[in-house]
Amino acid sequence: MKKNLSFLLILLLVISTVSFAGGNKEESDGLTLGLSLSTLNNPFFVTLKEGAEAKAAELGAKLIIVDSQDDPSKEATNIEDLIQKGVDALLINPTDADAIVPSIKKANAAGIPVFTIDRGAAGGDVVSHIASDNVAGGKMAAEYMVELLGGKGNVVELEGIAGTSAARDRGKGFNSVVSGNSGLSVVARQTANFNRAEGLSVFENILQAQSEISAVFAHNDEMILGAVQAAEAAGRTGIIFIGFDAVDDAVNAVKSGKLAATVAQQPAEIGSLGVDAAVKSLSGGSVESSIPVPLALVTK
Amino acid sequence: MNLKETDIKDFLRRYSVAMILLIMVISLSLFSWRFLRPANLINISLQTSIVAIVAIGMTFTILTGGIDLSVGSVMALCGALASGCIVRNGFPIYTAILLALIIGVGIGFLNGLLIVKGNIPPFVATLAVMAISRGLTLVYTQGRPISGMGDDFVYWGSGKIGVLPVPVIILFIIFLISYIILRHTRFGLHIYAIGGNEETARLAGINNDKSKIFVYMISSFTAALAGILLTARLWSAQPNAGVGLELEAIAATVLGGTSLMGGYGGTGGTVVGAFIMGVLANGLNLLEITADYQRVIKGIIFILAVMFDIYTKKEKKKG
Repeated sequence: MKKNLSFLLILLLVISTVSFAGGNKEESDGLTLGLSLSTLNNPFFVTLKEGAEAKAAELGAKLIIVDSQDDPSKEATNIEDLIQKGVDALLINPTDADAIVPSIKKANAAGIPVFTIDRGAAGGDVVSHIASDNVAGGKMAAEYMVELLGGKGNVVELEGIAGTSAARDRGKGFNSVVSGNSGLSVVARQTANFNRAEGLSVFENILQAQSEISAVFAHNDEMILGAVQAAEAAGRTGIIFIGFDAVDDAVNAVKSGKLAATVAQQPAEIGSLGVDAAVKSLSGGSVESSIPVPLALVTK
Repeated sequence: MNLKETDIKDFLRRYSVAMILLIMVISLSLFSWRFLRPANLINISLQTSIVAIVAIGMTFTILTGGIDLSVGSVMALCGALASGCIVRNGFPIYTAILLALIIGVGIGFLNGLLIVKGNIPPFVATLAVMAISRGLTLVYTQGRPISGMGDDFVYWGSGKIGVLPVPVIILFIIFLISYIILRHTRFGLHIYAIGGNEETARLAGINNDKSKIFVYMISSFTAALAGILLTARLWSAQPNAGVGLELEAIAATVLGGTSLMGGYGGTGGTVVGAFIMGVLANGLNLLEITADYQRVIKGIIFILAVMFDIYTKKEKKKG
């Protein structure tokens, strides 16, 4: 008897657990969007999610969010589940550009339109890619630098990992402004692989080689913070430092005046524009195949 | 106690894990009409197959009272090796797959040697090999995914025979082989004997060392196979593939009723255990439960399922 009782108890528990959390809210009139995020263990993507949720609520669409936990295999599983669930569109922030391709092809086969967010995909049919406009961010940094320098001076560029789209685009934007400005000359351009320790050692060497440096732009904050340390250790002052990403350390450095500025991505805006594009496309509107999201300059 | 009641008890004891799976399937189908659709059931089988294959190998090591923590890293390494040989060196697909499997089995042999000849506890030996294999994967891939293996390779993870995905069919074959080994061979008998009591097994004339080394080779073989299937499913070899998968495989084995002390259990339960986790993950997604709550619910159901299993087993001993 005792066992039958425990059996019933477990049955009850399982059913109640599932029902408390789920309930039967399957059918709804509005659009249902699936949002697959690479991770929710990173404030950037949590903010992106919140931006998407706010926009979905505004437009009356339902948003189902799944978390890949940075694991492409979990991601494939989650997206298959969303396809089974019959969502109207998929917004995907891939963990990896290659590993996402089979999932996108599955969605394509099921006739579900796919939008990529923040990171792109290497294949499959994607309606639109929504991401920060890194070229514009690089330009923004360069223009601010020109303004601070009064259009004259020796400039150093610390580049990110070669071949990454972030390094390529940020550098492209920065150089488009700098090369058009005859007062500025780039005296050193080296990679520090997005890494603080490398930013430090690379800039130490540059300091040895160059006696006059007016400003430094780095493709991310880690490298620029390394460069700031190197300049402090060498006792070199009067250099203007501009970073990219607006990580906490960098924002604090801007506040304390060590950093002139850092370029901030706007994750909430990325999420919001993603949902907006999906709803617009599903309602028969046309959307651009690439939607650049504006960036913002953080200064003191 | 009447006859009928003992019948029910006996049934519950024998199939307690399967009952849990059945309860979950029934309750989930009540809450989502999409759950029981054939397309979704095939979907779940595909999602579960890779963990289940690794868990079958894991069950062998756990049955001897050991454990294999290196499976996740072995998956990543062998998936990367197979892909790398095809993409970088232009090897024919099956040569590359065979080579990766042989290296996988070799790592299992190393695990076994460390445990048997080096007298290192399985937990420690396989933990070290887990770190080494992951490191080698990162060195080999330079931290970047490898892709472009071609359709013939991708077929093994993404293709179908009839309506069934290829990995599901491979799971079925691996399960059949494991069942035959454990239930119908002398080697299978030895595995249970070693897990039951190593000293007694030795006195009974069983070559414990040889059997144990072989068990770790089986575990690494299934991990290597699963790594290749995962790579074919994702169309790319990921340097961080299979991180944490050893825990899922252990969970499936324990859910399936195999004792962590060894000597009791089997791969049938393990496959059911893997499906419990797969069904749960799929069901919670279909019910639109957010990822954070999913983890909490998975933890609770895991505890309940193991408690239920332990309870029925204890009754069996008493009776």
